[in-house]
Amino acid sequence: MDDLTRILKGLPFFEGFADEHLALLVGCARNERATAGSFLFREGQDATTFYLIREGSVSLNIHAPGQGPLIVQTVSENEPLGWSWLFPPYTWHFDARVEQDARMVVFDGLCLRTKCDKDPVFGYELIKRFSRIMTQRIEALSFQLMDVYGERS
Amino acid sequence: MVTIQRNDLQTLFDALERRGYRIISPTVRDEAIILDTVHSADDLPKGRGEEQSAARYRLNRREDDALFGYAVGPHAWKQFLYPPVQTLLQARREGTSRSSGEPGFALLNPEGADEEPAMAFVGVRPCDLAAIRRLDAVFLQGPFQEPGYARRRSRALVVVAQCTAPSGTCFCASMNTGPSAPDGFDIALTEVLSTGPTVYLAESGSERGAEILRDVTCRPSTSEEISAAARAIESAAGRMGRHVDLDGLSETLRRSIEHVRWQQTAQRCLSCANCTMVCPTCFCSTVEDTTDLTATIAERRRRWDSCFTLDYSYIHGGSVRPSGMSRYRQWIMHKMSTWVDQYGTYGCTGCGRCITWCPVGIDITQEVAAVQHPSIESVTPPRENVHG
Amino acid sequence: MANAPDLMAESAVLAEAPDPMRPRLFRIAKFTHNTHDTFTVALEDLETGAGIGFRPGQFNMVYLYGVGEIPISISGDPQDRSVVIHTTRAVGTVTKAMRSMRKGDTLGLRGPYGVPWPVDRARGRDVVIVAGGIGLAPLRPVLYHCLAHRNEMNKLVLLYGTRSPVDILYREELESWRARFDLDVYVSVDRGMEGWHGNVGFVSTLIAKAPFDAGNTTAYLCGPEVMMRVCATELIKRGVPDHELFVSMERNMKCGIGFCGHCQLGPVFICKDGPVFPYPRMRNLLSPWEL
Repeated sequence: MDDLTRILKGLPFFEGFADEHLALLVGCARNERATAGSFLFREGQDATTFYLIREGSVSLNIHAPGQGPLIVQTVSENEPLGWSWLFPPYTWHFDARVEQDARMVVFDGLCLRTKCDKDPVFGYELIKRFSRIMTQRIEALSFQLMDVYGERS
Repeated sequence: MVTIQRNDLQTLFDALERRGYRIISPTVRDEAIILDTVHSADDLPKGRGEEQSAARYRLNRREDDALFGYAVGPHAWKQFLYPPVQTLLQARREGTSRSSGEPGFALLNPEGADEEPAMAFVGVRPCDLAAIRRLDAVFLQGPFQEPGYARRRSRALVVVAQCTAPSGTCFCASMNTGPSAPDGFDIALTEVLSTGPTVYLAESGSERGAEILRDVTCRPSTSEEISAAARAIESAAGRMGRHVDLDGLSETLRRSIEHVRWQQTAQRCLSCANCTMVCPTCFCSTVEDTTDLTATIAERRRRWDSCFTLDYSYIHGGSVRPSGMSRYRQWIMHKMSTWVDQYGTYGCTGCGRCITWCPVGIDITQEVAAVQHPSIESVTPPRENVHG
Repeated sequence: MANAPDLMAESAVLAEAPDPMRPRLFRIAKFTHNTHDTFTVALEDLETGAGIGFRPGQFNMVYLYGVGEIPISISGDPQDRSVVIHTTRAVGTVTKAMRSMRKGDTLGLRGPYGVPWPVDRARGRDVVIVAGGIGLAPLRPVLYHCLAHRNEMNKLVLLYGTRSPVDILYREELESWRARFDLDVYVSVDRGMEGWHGNVGFVSTLIAKAPFDAGNTTAYLCGPEVMMRVCATELIKRGVPDHELFVSMERNMKCGIGFCGHCQLGPVFICKDGPVFPYPRMRNLLSPWEL
């Protein structure tokens, strides 16, 4: 088993993935590092990848002139980042800035989409995992937006 | 059991006054039977009866000279045991903190409350005795005792008048709190009108009561009188104007928190808090803080409160029960369900006051029945209250 | 028949008992501003110069001359009886007046009242403390207790969420705790800002990240009701048994001892049956609207 396969096997996101599906993933993946302060992607850029953070953390920001960046969410160890690669027009909606030096596995979006189309069982497994993460993020985001700690008016 | 002639009843009042009691009993004021200080048996509502229905209360004349020929008026005994306004604390400003200008202060000693005469409650209906015992559970049997209530209650003498005159809104028989009280009193009277001239059968329920009865002009009761008294009480039990089905009631309500009935009833409820003010077991209070103009003396006063107010459930930022629905539900749930969890009894004693004094005639017995038996349709409010 | 005389005898004694509605006077020995809207007072009894004994999770009724009285949880170290510590947020009439007080000022105190956190339950288990906003204040005594009895439990985890980095309570203390090897501290804010490199996201998102053995965990939760509901659900999802979750509740209180009625939530009085409850007892009471 090569390094990348071992890494993917150890990620909770891929828990229960069949070996042949892991092999398909590995074919689209590479390891990367990023330094704190750098950007993984910017709002409006083409979304060609998704990330699995192995170490460090990355924040998702919206920047407004005069207000500075608003951090929407942070993503850290063992969490996936980015789903804009899944759907047209494949465009990022946030700025992703590295907060703490990060190590991650980067997946090529086009490569994955092609494999999903060819192997719907693989595709379904992958989409199931993304759907779950999306649901969790939306739930957490609604409570975050409620501003539950603030003074109610 | 002893029998007191109608004309000798004054000797009971005399015996109480001699012992220094402030006698409080039903008496007529402004065409209602209220509770107030009296000195003589003649102050009782002689020959007066009443007509009670949802949102309706009228005094009328009886054809006899009964002194206890009515059920209950708008007053309950809680006003004497737990007055509507009580001073909790007085403090005096002393000096000023150098750093912030905020006052230091000292607490003043409470005024000598022991100077108050002990009270004798004469003519307590069994439903109202049950209510007093509900309040005992709240103020005396919790982790803390309310000292003012404890003091007034322990000194108060209770003369029950077993109920032979239920009203149209009464349902103590279904709540198992009347029409007669088996215990919990110092003296119990039963008014007997059927054996000739009006007489009062009396029994003592405590050493204190027995001692007082020894000073009252009386004779041993005849068996005819005793059975006439029993018949009068039995007849009262059969003449209750309202009924509640207690079978599984608290549990049914607990499962009906989201019942649509609460919203329907809330459309009629004015949140006026009348029901909580007349209810003999409603005990909620709030506290208000005041200072005099120079802020030299500060006072904390406890004041009766109602779960129908918005402030009642206020936590920073808002009210926990902003809607009339949730406030009405809180009240009825407490009386008929959660009180059982808290104190092991229902919070309602079936006195009927909340039905009589509700300005729109909301009837607690109909409300619980509508939840218990969904086939019962929502009942139209009484005609006299339909406006426009 | 016997009830009436018994009651008389019993309450004749009760009438002699001290008035539980009458406060004792305390002096502010130390006043600290925590965040822009939170502050901490350390109080000494005017007569004894000392604090009071209490158990983590209990509260006092705090009286301000001429202003009013409110319940505030005790947030100091239960082992330290030299002062009474209260941290609170200036949101109401009393707390806003309190914020303008200074060292040397006098206030009234009744307590301690209420059911404490069952801290002994954590023996031999992992302890997860989940706090939201000012909810960290009533939980700080649990942390002090756990750190003082650190060898009695396994993992000790603090998950803390608040609105933004400037709203983080006890910041220096959190940093010193985070530096310890025997305590895992995770903080998340709902709104990040420039210069904040920590977690952004609702506090519930920390539950999946933190290392603890869910099946052998006791968790203590305090914060806004929504936050406690969401976090309890997440903890149960992760495998913590529901009867090992404890929540601390807040309701209007005028007396703190079961007389005023205001703090009722269904069948419970928050003041005397709580404020700390096992989560299964609260779950059904938290879901109906406006109960």
